[in-house]
Parts: sequence; structure tokens; C-alpha cells
Amino acid sequence: MEIQVFGSGCPTCKKLYEMTKQAVLENGLNFEVKHITDVAEIVEMGLLRSPALVIDNEIAVAGRVPSTEELKEIIARHNM
Amino acid sequence: MDIFYPINCFSAWVSFSLLGIAKNSIFGEALIFFITDSIKIAILLVAIIFFVSFLRSYLPPEKVKKVLANRFEFVGNILAAMIGIVTPFCSCSAVPLFIGFVESGVPLGVTFSYLVSAPMVNEVAAVLLLGLFGWKIALIYVVSGVVIAVVTGVIIGKFKLEGWVEDYVWKIKAGSTAVEDTKILAQRIKEARQYTFNLFKNIYPYVLLGVLLGAFIHGYAPENFLASLAGKGNIFAVPLAVLIGVPLYSNAAGTIPIVKALIEKGLPLGTALAFMMAITALSLPEMIILRKVLKPKLLSVYIAILTVGVIFTGYLFNWVM
Repeated sequence: MEIQVFGSGCPTCKKLYEMTKQAVLENGLNFEVKHITDVAEIVEMGLLRSPALVIDNEIAVAGRVPSTEELKEIIARHNM
Repeated sequence: MDIFYPINCFSAWVSFSLLGIAKNSIFGEALIFFITDSIKIAILLVAIIFFVSFLRSYLPPEKVKKVLANRFEFVGNILAAMIGIVTPFCSCSAVPLFIGFVESGVPLGVTFSYLVSAPMVNEVAAVLLLGLFGWKIALIYVVSGVVIAVVTGVIIGKFKLEGWVEDYVWKIKAGSTAVEDTKILAQRIKEARQYTFNLFKNIYPYVLLGVLLGAFIHGYAPENFLASLAGKGNIFAVPLAVLIGVPLYSNAAGTIPIVKALIEKGLPLGTALAFMMAITALSLPEMIILRKVLKPKLLSVYIAILTVGVIFTGYLFNWVM
């Protein structure tokens, strides 16, 4: 499973990145979470809002930071 | 009648009956000011942020982009400025948003109208103005923000400044990955509630601090002490207020309650309005981020138009009020 957090490096984006790493760990999974800060890549992904969580090239969350519970649920759903 | 009358009664009751503070004492006055404003603002913040964030779940930037693409100038500028009112603005979204917009055919001027209005007409500032100054001032703030956004966009559009945008912007090909937009109502409400709670938690401490300082000024600063210093007679007051406002970006929530107390002490309304607009619209971090997509010339034009617009609004309201 490919997990990416897109964000241009603002505090909110970093928060989502940290929370996603935490959620992956708490789900007992061992995937690397990538933090993508390159604007060109963000736009090429079709994103207009940051931060965003992209799992296997599918935008799961855009423009907001969900709760850890919701993050865990999203990751679990994609891992099935 | 003031719908917040019960809150005034409540804070008077707390101060005089519950805490036994002497009526008409300076401390009592300051305490009433503090209790009334902190409750009033809390209620307004929760109600309006919830409403705006619920509304905005129907207007994601992806949809805005489609609405604004290939619009005629002017009508597009007005539309962009209006949509900007309800749009959240995290300065980190500015660059992807900018590229995504111009890439999909939204005219440069129209993009700028949106880019000005989104941060400038800020819902938190509007709430505070509504609670502390009444609906007229809140409306003036929103309307002048929209007017400045439209004017900025029209000017940038008229002069065809596309060449002053960094060249790589035009080379990026935006993807068209669909973003979640088939949310059910319950999901929208849940997200709006979450957003409201988070934002409230982040800004309310600043509001309390601002109200506390405001209460102190209200109670202890001498009457009209600002009228002589920064009154209408002082033509430098407006530009100075704008200059002070620029670095205060993140503290709009804490600054406005202080400004209310300063107005009572003789700060003219236009000067105060210019100050508040400078806080929300002219933010240093946003300028630095926009530099990534705008060549220095265009960034300067953008900052110059905004600054002139805000200062003009300040003078205008000092003059008419």
C-alpha cells in the first residue's frame, strides 16, 4: 500500500503527516508514509487543497485534518 | 433590542451580586466588559464558523475552479470575490490553488480576485466585528473586502500581466483526480462540527487574551487618549495602522477585541478598519509563499494594490463617519 501526504510544508500539513504515521503504527501496519512537498507534484495529483492524504493514488482526504480515529479507519479500509 | 441583552444582565449579575463588586467602579466596568464580550464572541464564533464550514462543504475549490473557468472578466471577478468570502484560506493552499486555477483556464485577474477575497474577508474577523461592533460595521468590512478584491483582479486582468507569473506555472499539467464530493449530509455536518471545534480551540485563547486587554483599556485608559494621538487630524494614522497590521496575521482573533476598546478611546473607525483589513489581507507568510508562483514585479503590484486599497478604505470611512 502506498501512503502519501501532500502539503507544501505548512504546520497543518506536517500535523497530518505525523498523525498518519501514528495511525499506520497504531493499526499495526508497517508502511512507509511519504511526505510530498513539491508544488508541481501536488498540482499534478489534481489537488487544489492541502493537506491531502493519498492512498494508492486515490485521494482519501483533502483540505482538512481528520481525527486519529478516522485516519485509522481510512487506512484500515484501504488495507483490505 | 439587543439580542445579547441577557448576557449583559448575566455579567452585571456576576459582577455586582455574585462577586459583590461596587457598581460604577472601574474594576466592575472592566469585568462586565470582559464577561459580556467573551461569552458573546464564543456563541457567535461557534454558530458562524459552523454555518460557514457547512456551507463551504458544498463549494470545494475543485467546483469553484469549474465555475470560474473561461468566465468573462468583471462578472468573473465579482463571482470569484463572493465565493472567496466563504472559502477557508490556509496560506499553504495558495500555491496549488493558484496553479490549478490558471492552468484550467480561470483568467489571471479572476484568480487574483479570489486570492484577495479568500484571506481578506475572513469569517473569524467578520464574527468578531459582528459581535463587538454590530452588523453595520461587519457588513462594511465584508463589502469593502469584496470591492478591493474585484478592483485588484480587474486591474491585474486589464494589464495582462500573465508574463509576470513564473514560467514553470504554465508548464504544469494538472491532474484531474476526482476529490470526494458525494458526501452525505451527516458527513458534512460531522466535518463542519469537527472543523468548528478545532478552530475554536485554536483561536479562543487569543480571543480571551484580546478581550482581557480590551477590558483593561476600557476600564483604565483615559477617555479620548487616542483621539489626540491617532485621531482624524493625523494623516499618518491610517498608513501606520496598516503597517502595524501586517505582521499580526495569525492574531486577528486577539487583536479585534483590543481595537474595540481603542475605538472607545478615540481611535477613528476608518483607521481601525484599515488596521483589521491589513491583518487579514496583507500577511507576510502568504506573500513569501506567493513568491513561488509570482515574479517579484507581479508580487509587488499585488501588494501595492492591496495596500492602497486598504489605506483608501481607511480614509474613506474616517471621512464619511
